Amino acid sequence: MIEARNLRFSYGEREVLRGISLEVGKGEFVAILGPNGAGKSTFLRCLAGILRCEGVFLKDRPVRDYSPRELSRILAYVPQRVEPGFLTVFDTVLLGRRPYMGLTPSEKDLEVVEEALKRLGIEKLALKRTNEISGGELQKVSIARALAQEPEILLMDEPTNNLDLKSQLEVMRLARELAKGGKTVIMVMHDVNLALRFAKRFVFMKGGRKIADGSLEVLSEKLFEEVYGVRVEIGEVRGVPVVVPL
Amino acid sequence: MDYKAYRRRKLILCIALFLSLLAVSLFSLSSGPYHVPLREVLAVLLGGGSKDDRLVLLGIRLPRIVAGILVGASMGVAGAVLQGYLRNPLATPFTMGVSHGAMFGASLAIILGAGYSLNSGQIFLNNPYAVVLFAFLGAISATLVILALARLRGLSPEAIVLAGVAMSSLYSALTTLVQYFANELQLSAMVYWSFGNLARATWRENAIMAVAFAFVFAYFLIKRWDLNASTLGDEIAKSVGVNIERERLIGTLLSAFITSVTVAFVGVIGFVGLIAPHSMRLIAGGDYRSLIPLSALAGALLLVSADTVARLIVSPMTLPVGVITSFLGAPAFIYLLVRMEGRR
Ligand SMILES: Nc1ncnc2c1ncn2[C@@H]1O[C@H](COP(=O)(O)OP(=O)(O)O)[C@@H](O)[C@H]1O
Ligand SMILES: [Mg+2]
Repeated sequence: MIEARNLRFSYGEREVLRGISLEVGKGEFVAILGPNGAGKSTFLRCLAGILRCEGVFLKDRPVRDYSPRELSRILAYVPQRVEPGFLTVFDTVLLGRRPYMGLTPSEKDLEVVEEALKRLGIEKLALKRTNEISGGELQKVSIARALAQEPEILLMDEPTNNLDLKSQLEVMRLARELAKGGKTVIMVMHDVNLALRFAKRFVFMKGGRKIADGSLEVLSEKLFEEVYGVRVEIGEVRGVPVVVPL
Repeated sequence: MDYKAYRRRKLILCIALFLSLLAVSLFSLSSGPYHVPLREVLAVLLGGGSKDDRLVLLGIRLPRIVAGILVGASMGVAGAVLQGYLRNPLATPFTMGVSHGAMFGASLAIILGAGYSLNSGQIFLNNPYAVVLFAFLGAISATLVILALARLRGLSPEAIVLAGVAMSSLYSALTTLVQYFANELQLSAMVYWSFGNLARATWRENAIMAVAFAFVFAYFLIKRWDLNASTLGDEIAKSVGVNIERERLIGTLLSAFITSVTVAFVGVIGFVGLIAPHSMRLIAGGDYRSLIPLSALAGALLLVSADTVARLIVSPMTLPVGVITSFLGAPAFIYLLVRMEGRR
């Protein structure tokens, strides 16, 4: 579905991605983990086609060969931060329909937006401006917009940021459901335990390189020490692995 | 209230503004040292009326009001668009160096012999087209230099604003230099030119401004979704398929273009590009589908009203309309700023 082949990227002189290869198929749910500054956000922006990079392929075609409109129908990206503004929640989510619409939204576009708002449980906020809602609510608006895009691939950068515990679980469940429904979900995560509980595949990054990649078996106490420089113990609660820092 | 009712409310606001604009325009047509009753005004507009009435209304007052509408609408739209693409509430076409560039161009034309002025406040332009052309070229060149400079940093909003500040400062210095070498009569012509004055526009100028405005207005209406996307940040804009760098370049250029046209003809009139879009944002929200037409209407209404005040307040003398907009503009803008901060 989407693939990075020995992906390198620099901001000016500074090399941030040093040759990353990763192939993600349809319906996978991948969590990208790693310390601050590892290059996770940069990697996601390259995959999303927001940064121009060599070596990213979508359905075996270089991402840079896609037109913006074509790309926006396949791929939706939820950035780490969204600026609040004077646009209403509804109109913000409606932007997710831009890849499909002409000058005015169709009835179907409005329905898809309603549906996305309901899925995130924010339909009551529809006519509020995004500068009148909380940070967590804004994060959900951003996710709803990505859903309204009806993409095949969903790229999310720390989507559980700013969310309370219940909303975190809701968003993770939603992502899992989407993956079961055949969408590809790639998510940068800070909360390791939340990632372990919901995602199916884990990619560990550090210093612009991929350190480990695989399902639960790749986890080891040594890996955490190497990636985060922290000693941990991996236990298990109700069949779900739990990482406890020592 | 559902989404459709919410959209309908904005349409009603549009219609209300349009009717107010009509009412103010009719009032302005009828008022002045030479009073024309409303009946006669309507008669003239419908092609009748006395010869004198026709002369005053169609020859003097109407072109001035139409100029007010076109200049106000241009500034309102240009301000709204720049604030969206630069994601900066202080952005106006003047951020893009238009006013300083035009001032430099006009001053240069005057010192090269295009005009002079006596104390009466009348500018005698030997060659009015040279002043207009130089002012336009000065304005648009400032914008082009700013965009070229900002390209060095990927045309980011911050880069454009910084380059704008730098170039405005440079063009001010150049203007001062030109003024230093001007004689008294030329100097006063430069100063009088800098007071925006809608009386400078005749039907021919109005026709040019109308064509420029119609083209740019239509373009922005088509790009309304891209403008909405831009306010959410470049990453989201790209993610929904907007070629944001290209649209920012075209958008800033076209905004500067219509403003340069109006500034070249009527001089610099401040604050309309700030007050019109911001007041509409506070009342009707940031959706560019309605913000573009609303800003145009609000800008037109504001400028025609201000010009009517400028004509009547110390009648039979006429104040420069730029003085009125600045007087109204400064406090109104501070009020808007305070209200806006309260919303965060
Ligand atoms: N726009 C940028 N310009 C220059 N350097 C950047 C930019 N964005 C990120 N970086 C640098 O790239 C490195 C990786 O950043 P990022 O991808 O945001 O890491 P992560 O998301 O893993 O915390 C950091 O060292 C950061 O300072
Ligand atoms: Mg990050």
